[in-house]
Amino acid sequence: MRPETLLYPTPKGLFCEAGGFYIDPVHPVDKALITHGHADHARSGHGEVLATRETLEIMTIRYGADFCRQSQEAALGETMTIGDVTVSFHPAGHVLGSAQIAVSRAGTKIVVSGDYKRRRDPTCLPFEPVSCDVFITEATFGLPVFHHPPDADEVGKLLTSLRQFPERAHLVGAYALGKAQRVIMLLREAGYHEPIYIHGALVKLCDYYLSKGIALGELRPATVTAKEKPAFAGAVVIGPPSAFADKWARRFPDPIPIFASGWMLVRQRAKQRGVELPIIISDHCDWAELTDTIREIRPGQVWVTHGREEALVRWCELEGIKARPLHLVGYDDEGE
Amino acid sequence: MRDFAELLDRLVLTPSRNAKIRLLTDYFRTAPDPDRGYALSALAGTLTLSTVKPNVLRQLMLERMDPVLFQYSYDYVGDLAETISLVWEGTEPDEADVGDLSLGSIVEQLQSVGRANVRDLVRNLLDRLDGSSRFAFLKLITGSMRIGVSSRLVKQALGEMGTVDVGEIETLWHGLLPPYVELFAWLDGHSGRPELTMPAVFHSVMLATPVGDKDLENLDPADFVAEWKWDGIRVQLANLSGTRRLYSRSGDDISGAFPDILEAVDFEGVIDGELLVGGTLRSNQATRSFSDLQQRLNRKAVTRKTIEEYPAFLRGYDLLFDGPRDMRPEPFDVRREALAKLIATTPPLHFDLSPLVPFSSWEELDRLRTAPPDPVIEGIMLKRRDSPYTPGRMKGPWFKWKREPYNIDAVLMYAQRGHGKRSSYYSDFTFGVWTAGDKGDVLVPVGKAYFGFTDAELEVLDRYVRNNTVERFGPVRSVRAEPDQGFVVEVAFEGIAFSSRHKSGVAMRFPRISRLRTDKLPRDADRLETLVSMIDAGAPVTDDA
Repeated sequence: MRPETLLYPTPKGLFCEAGGFYIDPVHPVDKALITHGHADHARSGHGEVLATRETLEIMTIRYGADFCRQSQEAALGETMTIGDVTVSFHPAGHVLGSAQIAVSRAGTKIVVSGDYKRRRDPTCLPFEPVSCDVFITEATFGLPVFHHPPDADEVGKLLTSLRQFPERAHLVGAYALGKAQRVIMLLREAGYHEPIYIHGALVKLCDYYLSKGIALGELRPATVTAKEKPAFAGAVVIGPPSAFADKWARRFPDPIPIFASGWMLVRQRAKQRGVELPIIISDHCDWAELTDTIREIRPGQVWVTHGREEALVRWCELEGIKARPLHLVGYDDEGE
Repeated sequence: MRDFAELLDRLVLTPSRNAKIRLLTDYFRTAPDPDRGYALSALAGTLTLSTVKPNVLRQLMLERMDPVLFQYSYDYVGDLAETISLVWEGTEPDEADVGDLSLGSIVEQLQSVGRANVRDLVRNLLDRLDGSSRFAFLKLITGSMRIGVSSRLVKQALGEMGTVDVGEIETLWHGLLPPYVELFAWLDGHSGRPELTMPAVFHSVMLATPVGDKDLENLDPADFVAEWKWDGIRVQLANLSGTRRLYSRSGDDISGAFPDILEAVDFEGVIDGELLVGGTLRSNQATRSFSDLQQRLNRKAVTRKTIEEYPAFLRGYDLLFDGPRDMRPEPFDVRREALAKLIATTPPLHFDLSPLVPFSSWEELDRLRTAPPDPVIEGIMLKRRDSPYTPGRMKGPWFKWKREPYNIDAVLMYAQRGHGKRSSYYSDFTFGVWTAGDKGDVLVPVGKAYFGFTDAELEVLDRYVRNNTVERFGPVRSVRAEPDQGFVVEVAFEGIAFSSRHKSGVAMRFPRISRLRTDKLPRDADRLETLVSMIDAGAPVTDDA
């Protein structure tokens, strides 16, 4: 069957008519398949939800046990039948529990990547390439400017700064799901074993990662009274980026604003946000990872969604691969 | 190159002055020679490399990249050097013998390469450098660092590194050359203070701070002398052991353009003064305007005819060296007396003494300031009688008290996106005033300004532009500007002159947006005739020396 009829964009999200479900819908629907637990992909209020166990658990932590009417666990690699189509979930390497979703009917197979990355992440399973007719890829960093440097070098910048400015608190902005835990793990791998202080918004998810056997080391709540302020000199404090513009950040001694994100590659982006030490660590593919993945999978067609679609579509054209932008709405354009 | 690139990356994003100094001293302490010396000269602006034109870089990029993808990338990043540093796909470090990629080696290669081989060298280096280093390299070869570090800040870092006073660094500075090996050896404590081989070196000049709101309230007029602030350029003239030099206030050697002055020097020493054209006070002829002086500026050499038409002279302000004697620790009164004695013996057509302005109260001085006796005066200088000559701009010993700047109300007409940290704002504004057209009054653009407003005011302006765009021309938007609909801004400027290059026929000096006049309608804005009458009234066209 024509892939355009198997899956197509609607205002509520990507819809599979033959299976009667949406993938990562942005509005409440009867049946939703969810790729991963980030809030713009996993919303509450659906009827039935099918996702990996970790994604379901993350949704429970974020929205409470009644985030949907009925949830069903999808085991990685296992094929299921929904209506007239078969679906299977495969690791995406984005955050803990993240999956690509393959949808097939009558010899046509579409893989929805959700969000994904190709480099090693100590907190989740690596991306698994799945051959298909249509590969729907994200394009958060879909411009040739994005070449994310090695993670270890970026964490090294943070460690250098801790030595250089031992009297200042190092405030690292990192998203609560995935990025924060990955930054902690990278610090541990780099030999940093001091206690790491975390903002209240991170506590539940960090506890969850610990319960999954991910060794984040000693974490302490970043609650400060005036008396304790000096104790944060030279300490690493991790919090959601939004907390940094807040009064919360002012209680630490002469804090250095740091942000762990792929966007930090562009210096003016960092400057506009008032970041003094950008740490380029991303949970999305950079340009080389995107193009290498498309070359590796060699799909018949590439559909490009949220991000900089036009550049990746152009690259596919130059490579002789049929491609089009999907123009899905409702996902954070800023990606991370 | 890597550590220099990291230093640049950190400096760009570090707002605190002390943190910048820490980053600089750490780098200077750990980087080897000659790398740190070349880094120092790149930051202080003394590194001379033949620069590579942006177009050459673009061509190199397009040899290996689809133009459409490059354009998408450039549009996103907004800075050519940064775009190229990011999109350039170099060779993997382990695939090739990368060779010596130290800053010193790269600078030396760039200095020795022939014109014909520049492209190949640049391509080759871009291939071998990592991303961050590519950015630093591109900034070096395009000749614009712009990273928020002044040469004075760099010198302060050097002072801190060697625990010496910054004044000592400034005194030595113009006698030393990149890569500053002896300077660092001294600061490291491995050798003595460098001996200067060139006697007529530049000494950092003493600068004044503007008189603020209540600055004078608690000061006694008797402790100060006043002089006119002349509208030329501040210079330093040195003649020691047979070496003569004329320096601009930033230490650029401008001797070549002023042979008339250098030939007239018949004394030994170092004088601080104002470079002007026209007649000296001693010859009883008028001092001429700054636009006449401009005929002599920015030239490597000068013709006899230009010298005759625009004779230059030096109006003495201060004496740094009287013969070999260092006068700088002496109080101003003592220096002034010695200067007066010295000027009296010099050729009268090329040297005179800046006259003192007697006054007994600040109110009296204020009156003199606003109605000076000569159109080439742009205000008053106040100098503490007991102040030694100290380099830099320190608040207290010297004040400058300018005539009020000029003000008009103008209407916002066009806006363009800013650069650097303002790249997400419309922050470059073209404004206009009313003039009679064929069918009634029309707005005619009279100038452009991109500062003067606060960050909060910029938000307001940016929002207005976004919500009131009438047309777009590339990066420029034209905004709604009608008699009853539009945005009025108060524009302050330092001078105005007739100009054939501008449609309006006038050109302002140093215009900035001083206030947002949301209380006014465009129809209340000023008219071109008002500006023209300012020229007729003798508004000075000046350079802030």
